Amino acid sequence: MTDAAIALTPPRRRARDRGARLRLWGYGLLGLLLLAVGWELYKAMGPADGVVIGDARVLPRTSDLAMPHVWEMATRLLEPVTRAEGARPLWLEIVLAAALTLGIAAAGWVVGVVVGIALALIMQRWHLAESAMLPWIVLSQTVPLIAFAPLVRSWGSRIEIGAFEWQDWMSVAVIASYLAFFPVAVGALRGLQAPDAIHLELLRTYSVGWWATLRSVRLPAAVPYLLPALRLAAANAVVGAIVAEVSTGLQGGIGRLIIQYAGQASGDPAKAWAPIAGAVALGLIAAGSVAILGLIFRNYRRAEATQ
Amino acid sequence: MIPTSTSTPPSAATAVSARGVDKTFSTKQGEVVALSGIDLDVAPGEFVSLIGPSGCGKSTLLRLIADLDSPSAGTVEVFGTSAHQARIDQRYGIAFQQAGLLPWRTVAGNIALPLELHGMAPAERTARVDELVALVGLGDFAQKFPDQLSGGMQQRVAIARALAEKPALLLMDEPFGALDEMTREYMQTELLRIAAETGAAVVFVTHSIPEAVYLSDRVVVMSPRPGRIADIVPMRLGRAADRADDLREDGAFFEMITAVREALHGAPVTGPRGVETR
Ligand SMILES: Nc1ncnc2c1ncn2[C@@H]1O[C@H](COP(=O)(O)OP(=O)(O)OP(=O)(O)O)[C@@H](O)[C@H]1O
Ligand SMILES: [Mg+2]
Repeated sequence: MTDAAIALTPPRRRARDRGARLRLWGYGLLGLLLLAVGWELYKAMGPADGVVIGDARVLPRTSDLAMPHVWEMATRLLEPVTRAEGARPLWLEIVLAAALTLGIAAAGWVVGVVVGIALALIMQRWHLAESAMLPWIVLSQTVPLIAFAPLVRSWGSRIEIGAFEWQDWMSVAVIASYLAFFPVAVGALRGLQAPDAIHLELLRTYSVGWWATLRSVRLPAAVPYLLPALRLAAANAVVGAIVAEVSTGLQGGIGRLIIQYAGQASGDPAKAWAPIAGAVALGLIAAGSVAILGLIFRNYRRAEATQ
Repeated sequence: MIPTSTSTPPSAATAVSARGVDKTFSTKQGEVVALSGIDLDVAPGEFVSLIGPSGCGKSTLLRLIADLDSPSAGTVEVFGTSAHQARIDQRYGIAFQQAGLLPWRTVAGNIALPLELHGMAPAERTARVDELVALVGLGDFAQKFPDQLSGGMQQRVAIARALAEKPALLLMDEPFGALDEMTREYMQTELLRIAAETGAAVVFVTHSIPEAVYLSDRVVVMSPRPGRIADIVPMRLGRAADRADDLREDGAFFEMITAVREALHGAPVTGPRGVETR
């Protein structure tokens, strides 16, 4: 209980944090390495025809056509996309497509976050709204996206307000937001309901209203619940954007490239894997960017030390 | 019988005035009578402790005064208005058994919370917070977060927060319950000093007889099932404000401890006051 000893705690904790973060990166790289090694091991030792149970092939063939070598896929990235004159290198094509998809996913994420938080606020404010809406929100995620995407597209194409005209990418963003809003709505609702009773009673003794209570207690208390929800929403938005690109036929994004290159896989098997790797990286980048939010809001993740 | 307005009408001259207060909670297991027939007056600037066995309704009584619950029968008035109005008017400051600091706010931020919510200008607020931080002896820790403080320091922050708006009434529910003995005695002396400086009336819940005796002008002894006031023991130890640590070794101090202990232990046997004299 000496004051000096207490003052010394924070730097030590910070050091521990940095160590933990380094270790996390280490594990991430190790995981990537293990994946590559596993791929090559299976390719070298797995049955040539894959593993078939009944009619379904549960493990792929090990041929160069189905599973190119890791290094082949890596070097393929550096070569031009097509043999045409002045074609871009494959990696650049992937990066450009990924950037477009990321932009659309980000738009969808923002919309999803706004809608999700708004729904959570409504549900927190009126208990009736919670019992009326929550089942529907859960149900909404069971609608198959593939069925849903063309519908959104055709609805969108009918929207035209003044100079505003619905763009195809907006349909993709809407579908991305449809997947993104769900974890936010559920996480934010839990977070808004999370404050300690003692904090709510304290605010009651100050006789302030719902709005001030929201600002000074409920929202800050919701941050630890909100951050993982936002990360999940980012990953969902990327998945939603890619699937929606495919099913609405939007050009230029990574979803389109996956389909396009898969069609060329018989002649150029390594190329087909490049946009898939790009999509995975995209999901990681999206989820990782949200981690920056965690740093900005780190003070809201403190817990009061137990006495 | 014609219900007359009570024999001693509550006025602005009393800090707290409870008249015929009952409180029943309805639970799944049935009705729980937490308080029954509570009559209590607390004068401005007076230090009154509530003591009694666990479950006798001390916290409940405090919560009624704070208008965090409402009585099932009877009235609670604070400075001549209803408890509800007193809460709206911010006539009291409260400290709970747990410090209840907002973990994402610094010490200064926590103390500033009520001032911020009630719209005090930033410059004025900073000055007031500096004053309060110094008052509870946490000058070097203003920018620390609660998780960087010991339990005793957190409790001091909670007390500073309760004092922030210079309330004329301070409600405290076992605020020192979790502290070690040394910190506890230090905090008791501090509290007496602060109460004297601000001239606030204090209603203080405790489980400790020496604590109640050391701090109070009067000790209210309560008995359980149903919770009622068994006895009110006035402390003949001079003004609470003038007490210092050496009082703890004084003979009169031990006499008062004995008096409270007898009231406490006699309570369940003798029942409500007045019965034994018949
Ligand atoms: N919200 C509630 N619902 C039902 N019963 C309650 C509620 N609050 C208190 N009680 C009951 O009222 C009685 C008095 O409780 P209270 O918390 O006031 O006791 P206390 O004197 O503060 O006890 P302690 O010293 O242990 O804190 C207890 O029997 C308790 O079970
Ligand atoms: Mg209690």
